[in-house]
Amino acid sequence: MIEVKDVYFTYPNGVEALKGTSLTIKNGEFLALMGENGAGKTTLVKHFNGLLKPTRGNVLVDGVNTTKVSVAALARKVGFVFQNPDNQLFSETVEEEIAFALKNFGFKEKTIRKRVTWALNLLDLTQYRKTSPFMLSGGERKRVALASVLAWNPKILILDEPTIGQDYQQKEKLRQFILQMKAQRKTIIIVTHDVEFVAECKPRVLLMRQGKITADGEALEVLTNPEILTYTSIVPPQITQIFLQLSDLNLSEEVIDVYEAQKKLLNILEKRAK
Amino acid sequence: MAIIETKNLTYIYPNRTAPSIKDVSIKIEKGEFTLITGPSGCGKTTLCRCFNGLIPHFYEGSIEGEVTAAGLKVIEHPICELAKHVGLVFQNPENQLFALSVEKDVAFGLENLGVPRDEMRKRVDWALNLTGIYDLRERAPYELSGGQQQRVAIASVLAMQPEVVVLDEPTSFLDPLGAKKIFEVIYDLNRKLEVTVVLVEHRLDLTAKYANHIIIMDSGKIVLDGEPRKILSSEEARLIGVGIPKPTRLYQILQKDGINLGSTIPLSSDEMAATLRRVLEANDRS
Repeated sequence: MIEVKDVYFTYPNGVEALKGTSLTIKNGEFLALMGENGAGKTTLVKHFNGLLKPTRGNVLVDGVNTTKVSVAALARKVGFVFQNPDNQLFSETVEEEIAFALKNFGFKEKTIRKRVTWALNLLDLTQYRKTSPFMLSGGERKRVALASVLAWNPKILILDEPTIGQDYQQKEKLRQFILQMKAQRKTIIIVTHDVEFVAECKPRVLLMRQGKITADGEALEVLTNPEILTYTSIVPPQITQIFLQLSDLNLSEEVIDVYEAQKKLLNILEKRAK
Repeated sequence: MAIIETKNLTYIYPNRTAPSIKDVSIKIEKGEFTLITGPSGCGKTTLCRCFNGLIPHFYEGSIEGEVTAAGLKVIEHPICELAKHVGLVFQNPENQLFALSVEKDVAFGLENLGVPRDEMRKRVDWALNLTGIYDLRERAPYELSGGQQQRVAIASVLAMQPEVVVLDEPTSFLDPLGAKKIFEVIYDLNRKLEVTVVLVEHRLDLTAKYANHIIIMDSGKIVLDGEPRKILSSEEARLIGVGIPKPTRLYQILQKDGINLGSTIPLSSDEMAATLRRVLEANDRS
């Protein structure tokens, strides 16, 4: 469980990135954090693994105050995959990259080998086992970064913009993977601008603006509310946009998904045909 | 006349054995808005690097076939000469920013071209305003957010006013509204100033509506090349795993359910909403 209690954070250059943020994330929850650039999303999640400590207020991870433990100790529990994979990749080969943290955490050689193979497989990277991460495409490097964190099996997983540079199939795999993690009662937090991805995954959605949380609810409820979305500079999902434009025709507007839209429209057309 | 053309282009990076692009022949006409898409690792970025000579002049490796950009054979001309005609915005902005202020970064290319001071001032301000970063002009690029850095990278290329602007996922770090504004700016340049635009993107939801030419790549090869409406509604595009825009997908599945939505395939929410309005209203009248 992560508890954020009235957290303020000011960067050394004086920028106040968090201005009184409070929230609770329960074990096994899947949450998407959205909001415009500079809203404080990345600053907030960096508090979850202790990379940043509150200027005021408290962050508790499983009841432990993050100011009382080292980042290294928290890392075992809280895996963080950065927005830009180049900030975390440095090894000669993809395989070594994934093994690195496992070695640091003191896993046995045999376990390391097993975990590395598992992670390579899961993220479609087996063919690049011996390749340098820097020879890979942006989307592939992103997957290497994810694999290296997944390998140590953290309880809480934070993914900062996981869909950037990923094609449609990779996104679908990521969605399946998140659902699988969720079934294992892992906590997953994604920071994202990808409203279509959120519409497909339907997590709990938190919107931020100027260092504060402005909305917190189910995806369907938050992503179909035009006032909230405009306030936080979020463009509604495409399917929602269609229904919002037809609001004068008295269709219900709460749709975020293609197949729900199909059902709804077929219904309406049949009813009206009668 | 094609402003960018490749003929049987095959390229292998140094220390690799398999080619990253294979036998690629494409034509991009002057004034087109071309979208290049395809699964991650399919060779999109590699192909773009050929357009301004980064391949082969910077990356080296082995190249076969021909590339011409703005009438110049890329293999025979240095990057600095090609850069006057073809501007490239990279996927990762950190790879192209280096100056101590945003303004200096944007002016850098112009300084190299020897543009007179007044003209330089005008163009830098124009590019800063267009991309919405005029207020950031005195900040250091490295202390900006990923999204802001992307705007700086775009401004630096636009300031050069090249005939062709090649953008490799230029807004991946921007929020959706920010991304939309940038795409609108690029679309505007394309329509009003007839700048040829080549855009690499996965997010067809956001971009398909701007394009009049789409190229889909897979495993280093061109698999589909042509008119966006036709290509995005094709079964092949769906099977390759290209993210078909949701409104296009909704149109397809409703048509399959036997609902006649007309023959114009929508690429955006606006177009799909208009189509549905027509059908729903006709339905009410009958």
